[in-house]
Amino acid sequence: MSRLNINTKLVRRMLVGFLQDEIWKVGAKKAVLGLSGGIDSALVCHLAAEALGPENVHAICMPYKTSNPESESHARLVAEASGVQFSVVGITPMVDAYFDQFPDANNMRRGNKMARERMTILFDHSALYGGLVLGTSNKTELLLGYGTLYGDMASALNPIGDLYKTQVWQLSEEVGVPKPVIEKKPSADLWAGQTDEEELGFTYREVDELLYRMVDQRADTAELVAAGFKQEFISSIYSKVQNSHFKRRLPVIAKVSGRTIDRDFRYSRDWGK
Amino acid sequence: MDFSVALLQIKPKLGRVADNLALIKEQVEQAIVQKADLAVLPELALTGYFLKDLVPEVAIGLDSPEIDALKELSQRISIAVGFVEVTADFQFYNSAAWFEDGELKHLHRKVYLPTYGLFDEQRYLGRGDRFRAFDTKFGRVGLLVCEDMWHLSAPYLLAMDGATTLVCLSSSPGRGVDEQTLGTATAWRNLTTSTARFLTCRVVYVNRVGYEDGVGFWGGSHVVAPSGEVIAAAPEFDPAILQVSLTDAELRRERISSPLVRDENLCITLRELSRIDQERSC
Repeated sequence: MSRLNINTKLVRRMLVGFLQDEIWKVGAKKAVLGLSGGIDSALVCHLAAEALGPENVHAICMPYKTSNPESESHARLVAEASGVQFSVVGITPMVDAYFDQFPDANNMRRGNKMARERMTILFDHSALYGGLVLGTSNKTELLLGYGTLYGDMASALNPIGDLYKTQVWQLSEEVGVPKPVIEKKPSADLWAGQTDEEELGFTYREVDELLYRMVDQRADTAELVAAGFKQEFISSIYSKVQNSHFKRRLPVIAKVSGRTIDRDFRYSRDWGK
Repeated sequence: MDFSVALLQIKPKLGRVADNLALIKEQVEQAIVQKADLAVLPELALTGYFLKDLVPEVAIGLDSPEIDALKELSQRISIAVGFVEVTADFQFYNSAAWFEDGELKHLHRKVYLPTYGLFDEQRYLGRGDRFRAFDTKFGRVGLLVCEDMWHLSAPYLLAMDGATTLVCLSSSPGRGVDEQTLGTATAWRNLTTSTARFLTCRVVYVNRVGYEDGVGFWGGSHVVAPSGEVIAAAPEFDPAILQVSLTDAELRRERISSPLVRDENLCITLRELSRIDQERSC
C-alpha cells in the first residue's frame, strides 16, 4: 500500500469546496479551462462541473496541426461525460504565422509558444464569459518544472496543484473521468508518439514516491538511499526541483523602498474576500 | 448548572470586520432563538485568519463599538468569540473574549502563537502571558485559542485553577490526507478527547470553515464529555450550528469515578518545575 494513497471522497469534497468558495467569493460564477484530452484537465473539468454546475464551465480544446487527433476526441468525451460547455479553437494559424519568421526554432520553443498561445485564448475567454481560468498542473509537474512558465502554468486557481500524478489517477476514478483518458499514457502531445515518461526518463510512480518522501516528509539523502532510491536519481530530481523553482515564484523585484511587494508588503490574495 | 451551548461554525470573510460582526450577530440571534445559554465562535471570528499585514487594520480596542455590540448581545446569551485586540500602547493580540450579562467577563490573549509550517503568527502578533480560569453562570471556565491547546501545560493550568469546562476557539487548516482520514481532524479529536479525559473536564472545540488562499478550514466543531467521549460533532467543511446540552450530573459522575484532578499533586509539580527551571538557568 503506497503512502500516496488518499481518501478520494474527502479530497473531492475539499477541492469542490475550494472551487466554490474561491470563485464565488470574488463574485464570479463561471470557470474556463483548457481540455487537452489528458487526465489532469479531465479531472479539473469534472471537479469544476460538480462545483459550479456544468453549464458554468467552459472547456476549450486548442489543438495544433501536429496534435494527436485522439486528444480532441478524448477532450470531447470528457466534455460529454461532465456535461460542460465545449468548444474547439485551433492554434495552428497563430503559431505558424509566428514561426514563419523563425523557421529554425526548435521543439522546445515551439512547445512553449503553443502553451502560451493557449494561455492567451483561455484568458481572453475568461473576459468573454466572466469566468476564472483554472490551472491543471499537478504537483509532480510543478515540482519538476515540467511545464511552460506563463503558459500551462498560468491560471487564477489550481485545484490539483497539491496532488501528485499518482493521486490524480486515484481521484479521477472517483469523479468518473472516462476510462480511456485514465488509462492512456500521459503525453504533452507536442509531437506524434511523445510520452511524458519517455521524455522524463522515469515513471510518474517512481518519481512520486521519491518526491513524496523528499518534499512532504523532508527525508534527507541518507534516508532516501536507505529506502532504496539510487543516489543519481535523488540528485537529478533534487536538481530539477531546485532549478525550476523560479517557475513557481513571482518575478523578483529589486528592493528600493521600505515596503516592497511580497517582501514586506504582505497580504493574502483573498484580502477582503 | 446544566446548560445548552451553541457551537457557531461560521465562515468569516478575510479582513471584513463589519460583515463578520453582522454574521456573528445573526448567528448568535439564531442561538438565542434555539434557547442556547452560551454561544461559542471560532478564533478570529471577527477578522478571518491569514491576516498578515492586515492585523493593525482589523484590530479593535476593548472600548470599540464592536465590543459594545457584543456586550449588548450578551444581555441575552453568554458569548465566547475571537478577534484581534489592540491595546492603548499599540500591541496586537490574537484574543478571545467571554461576554456575559452585558459585560466583558474575561479576556484571554493567545499565548502560543504558531510560527512554523503554514503559520506565521508571531511575526504579526504579541504573545499573551497568562492562563486564568474564571467564574461564569455555567461554573468555572478556561478559554484557549487553538495552538494553546497543543501545549499540555495550558489546559492543565486551567483545570488546576478550577475550570470544569475548557472552551477552545480554533481556526485549524485541514491538511494531511491519507488513505483514511484528514490528518488535522484526527489529531485534534485525539487531543480534545485525551485532554478531557486527563483533566475530567468538558471540552468545547469550535473551528471555522471556508477557504483562504486555497487553505480550507475543516470545521468539525465538537463537544467532549469529561469521560473523553465525543457527545456531538458538526460536519466537516460546511457552516453549521451545533447545539449541545451539558449536565452537571455527567461531570459529577466522572469526577467521582476518576478523581484525577483531586489527586493531582501541585506540590510535586511545582517543586520539580522549579528544579528544572533552576537547572536550565544555570
